Amino acid sequence: MAVLVIADHDNSALSDATAKTVTAAGKFGGDIDVLVAGKGAGDVAAAAAKISGVHKVLHVDGDAYEHQLAEAMEALIVPMMGGYDALFAPATTMGKNVTPRIAAKLDVMQLSDITGIEGADTFERPIYAGNAIMTVTSSDAKKVVTVRGTAFDAAPEGGSAAVESVDPAAGPFKSEFVSEEMVESDRPELTAAKRVVSGGRALGSSEEFDRIINPLADKLGAAVGASRAAVDAGYAPNDYQVGQTGKIVAPELYVAVGISGAIQHLAGMKDSKIIVAINKDEEAPIFQVADYGLVADLFDAVPELTGAL
Amino acid sequence: MKVLVPVKRVIDYNVKVRVKSDQSGVDLANVKMSMNPFDEISVEEAVRMKEAGTVTEIVVVSIGPQQAQETIRTALAMGADRGILIKTDDMVEPLAVAKVLAKVVEEETPDMVILGKQAIDDDANQTGQMLGALLGWPQGTFASEVKSDGGKVHVTREIDGGLQTVALEGSAIVTTDLRLNEPRYASLPNIMKAKKKPIDMKAPEDYGVDLSPRLTIVKVTEPPVREAGEKVEDVSTLVGKLKTAGAV
Repeated sequence: MAVLVIADHDNSALSDATAKTVTAAGKFGGDIDVLVAGKGAGDVAAAAAKISGVHKVLHVDGDAYEHQLAEAMEALIVPMMGGYDALFAPATTMGKNVTPRIAAKLDVMQLSDITGIEGADTFERPIYAGNAIMTVTSSDAKKVVTVRGTAFDAAPEGGSAAVESVDPAAGPFKSEFVSEEMVESDRPELTAAKRVVSGGRALGSSEEFDRIINPLADKLGAAVGASRAAVDAGYAPNDYQVGQTGKIVAPELYVAVGISGAIQHLAGMKDSKIIVAINKDEEAPIFQVADYGLVADLFDAVPELTGAL
Repeated sequence: MKVLVPVKRVIDYNVKVRVKSDQSGVDLANVKMSMNPFDEISVEEAVRMKEAGTVTEIVVVSIGPQQAQETIRTALAMGADRGILIKTDDMVEPLAVAKVLAKVVEEETPDMVILGKQAIDDDANQTGQMLGALLGWPQGTFASEVKSDGGKVHVTREIDGGLQTVALEGSAIVTTDLRLNEPRYASLPNIMKAKKKPIDMKAPEDYGVDLSPRLTIVKVTEPPVREAGEKVEDVSTLVGKLKTAGAV
């Protein structure tokens, strides 16, 4: 058996989600090859080769792969799948964008966002925003899988796989990269952070959001998140959103500030190790999942907490 | 330009789902059903394009039980022109849905298909991308802005860490994210008007697509319940607890 894992990266660094996907692929079984498709992504290929358990790294270099657009990735990966029993990708926006095209071409029903694997054909995945867990078996000859990063530990370093160059697929493709607007931040990436401080609608404005949440996050070395209500109200950018339709996080410490705890939000953070909730409404559902709940006015309590740490 | 918008009937997003005691699935009996929220955003986007004069016709299609006709009516009341119901009582997986939609596209020849990025029941996030591959069309997934100019569709996408804009050539697939627009409520006159708009009734057999599922459900269970912890008196107690737990 053999598994192809698609690496998620930005051409300079390999995402943590890739090493987690390698762990999931290891539970499936067989040789694990990692595909690094990018432009000038040699460092990423070298980093992938160091992941323990990786058999071989396939490195593709080409303009069309700088942003890993789905159409170019499909043209590259579909012909490669003759030699593999499964395709695994992290359930990042890259993985979610790319893998269903390949599954359709292979005539395979994809398994999205898996959180568990039992043997080579049985998978566990959340449905209804994590309010139910479904276990399914797949009758397809090949499996196409995206992996929820919070459900698997990252495979450690320690490997020394060979890096092999592979030719890019011939274009042109019908989609073209125009521009990118990435949020600049010195803070850790939300889904990979060990600590997360999230703010909700109770903050009242983007100015207050920054004034209250950011100092605490800086003190903790934490990433900043937000509830959907806070994002919809414009207090925080959309990529801060934690929840069913946003990012799924499971840090060691999650601090929910002024977040009531809608099902939608809980689905995105309830696997965190320690949850702290600060909210002045003692009936807020967030307290039902919090390890430590503080019923208080966040505008007093959070600056005090920031000062006390 | 002609636009096709597939819509799905799902459990209303405000309903707390309950797992059946025999673990065969989720209880759908006597539960409020609505249009998948991402599909509402798709319909809204198509209607806005029509209002802006870039779209001439909006066709809505649903694959599902007889009651999915209500979902189509909702879309017609929002401003879509006509509907197609492909009636089946079976669960249809995204791959099969994409195959049927590919046939509908062959018949209807739209210039763009706008789909929700995922349905909030199975959370698969696959159908749009699969349809794109089957048709050989480019895709702009997780859209927060869609603009057509000079024969190309520019889609701004919500990606990890920010936004990305892609240009798509020719007929295109767009899948919608939450912040693309805020769907309207249909007005009473429009609801009345929608009753007169045509809905074609079809069966999956009309499209000659094998819908048999590839996945077999072993069980559906409740997620592990997280126990509530304790309420703390004040900030200093909280800091003490966090230090003891090794969290700070």
